[in-house]
Amino acid sequence: MNTVEGLKYTKNHEWVRVENNIATIGVTDFAQSQLGDVVFVELPEEGQSIHAGDSFSVIESVKAVSDVYAPVSGSIAKVNQELADQPDLVNQQPYDAGWIVTVELTDSHELDELMEAKEYERFVSEGGH
Amino acid sequence: MTAKPTPLYQTHIKYGGRMVEFGGWLLPVQYTGIKEEHYAVRKRAGLFDVSHMGEVAVQGPDALRFLQHLVTNNVGKLVNQQVLYTPMCYLDGGTVDDLLVYKKEDNKYLLVINAANIEKDCRWIKENAIGFDVICENISDQVAQLALQGPLAETILARLTTAPLAELNYYWFWPEIEVAGKKVLLSRTGYTGEAGFELYCQPEEAASLWDDIMTSGAEDGILPTGLGCRDTLRFEAGLPLYGHELSEVISPIEAGLGIFVKFDKGDFNGRQSLYKAKSEGPARKIVGFEMVERGVARAEYPVLLEGRRIGVVTTGSYAPSLDKNLGLALIEAEYANVGQQVDIQVRGKNVAAQIISKPFYRREGK
Repeated sequence: MNTVEGLKYTKNHEWVRVENNIATIGVTDFAQSQLGDVVFVELPEEGQSIHAGDSFSVIESVKAVSDVYAPVSGSIAKVNQELADQPDLVNQQPYDAGWIVTVELTDSHELDELMEAKEYERFVSEGGH
Repeated sequence: MTAKPTPLYQTHIKYGGRMVEFGGWLLPVQYTGIKEEHYAVRKRAGLFDVSHMGEVAVQGPDALRFLQHLVTNNVGKLVNQQVLYTPMCYLDGGTVDDLLVYKKEDNKYLLVINAANIEKDCRWIKENAIGFDVICENISDQVAQLALQGPLAETILARLTTAPLAELNYYWFWPEIEVAGKKVLLSRTGYTGEAGFELYCQPEEAASLWDDIMTSGAEDGILPTGLGCRDTLRFEAGLPLYGHELSEVISPIEAGLGIFVKFDKGDFNGRQSLYKAKSEGPARKIVGFEMVERGVARAEYPVLLEGRRIGVVTTGSYAPSLDKNLGLALIEAEYANVGQQVDIQVRGKNVAAQIISKPFYRREGK
């Protein structure tokens, strides 16, 4: 399992990268490995507001259908349109080209609730899924 | 009920299988990845553990008469060492299971049934055997089964046996030959739409046979293959999966399996209902469809026409060989025409789809 330092992680296996109040959100390497070959990502609309803990996207692998939950609240600035034609970017580059949305944060304190890379690794290795 | 390991459980762990529960058994859904394994079977070869399948030995002076009563296809036309695919129906035409019948010799047959149906089938078989001079025995625990599938299956197997494989035709078997020094029943059958074989062996020899086949196939790029790609492969090939395209409430006529129902062989369970459905035309039919808009259909999703529900998806998936999102659905027969536009309801949203012909994939050659 691969994690990236400096990102924040959720118990639902999403990651968040924050730059200038914009959060980029994707799913972790562990999540993609559990899902298997991703064949479809249902993307939300730009401008849509999302609330921490709610499902805002669905990732489908050959066999599994899995919700993606918002780690933070805010309004969706951009969605990764590349995923429409190349959903397997989620498998290949979960922390880079496989990002799902960027969100303009409404409450940056929500980030404090999330895990650091090491903490998330421990969570997964202890069977947290 | 806790899921049972097959005789190959440790082998799956060794090969990196991701174990899941299926039909009461612990089996690998995948090893390296469903798509990669799917392509291996289409282009080279894959090895499946199908030891979860059930086997029932049927013998006695009335064996043929009994089987003719029990199943819908014509067992009477089988000669020794031949295999037959057949549905097995209730009196109302609903399907108990679909199975293979192996004719070993006169009065001696082997039935191969679906794992999840073993108990139900055995009950049904025993009930129906009353009044026939026949012994039906569930020998599932005494048999392990491997499926070697793909265009290079014969090349790989030929290195392990002196038997003249080229002489074994599709849906024929040898009751006992040696493969890698182990006695197996070998048939040219499968559930992938590819060329290939199924090998029935002693449970205690299964792991060794598996390793021998994997070693033989290494130079050909064989992969261990799991349940995930078994499903995508059979789905592309238009092969029904019990519980999806066939069930207690889906008859073989509705499933488009009418050629496996032989009305001219005499009476059998479900004959009257099935004959009515066949002659009047069934009210519902299994069709193939392709997603026109983006989305993946899944089993149980509603099929709509102008907002009205006309059926239900029985299997839906990404189809790796075609790189498309496809499905099978049971819909009202009057709309079961190629080109018909429908909607699939995906998480509350209507997504456009179109009826297409099936099977979606057909292999070239024998």
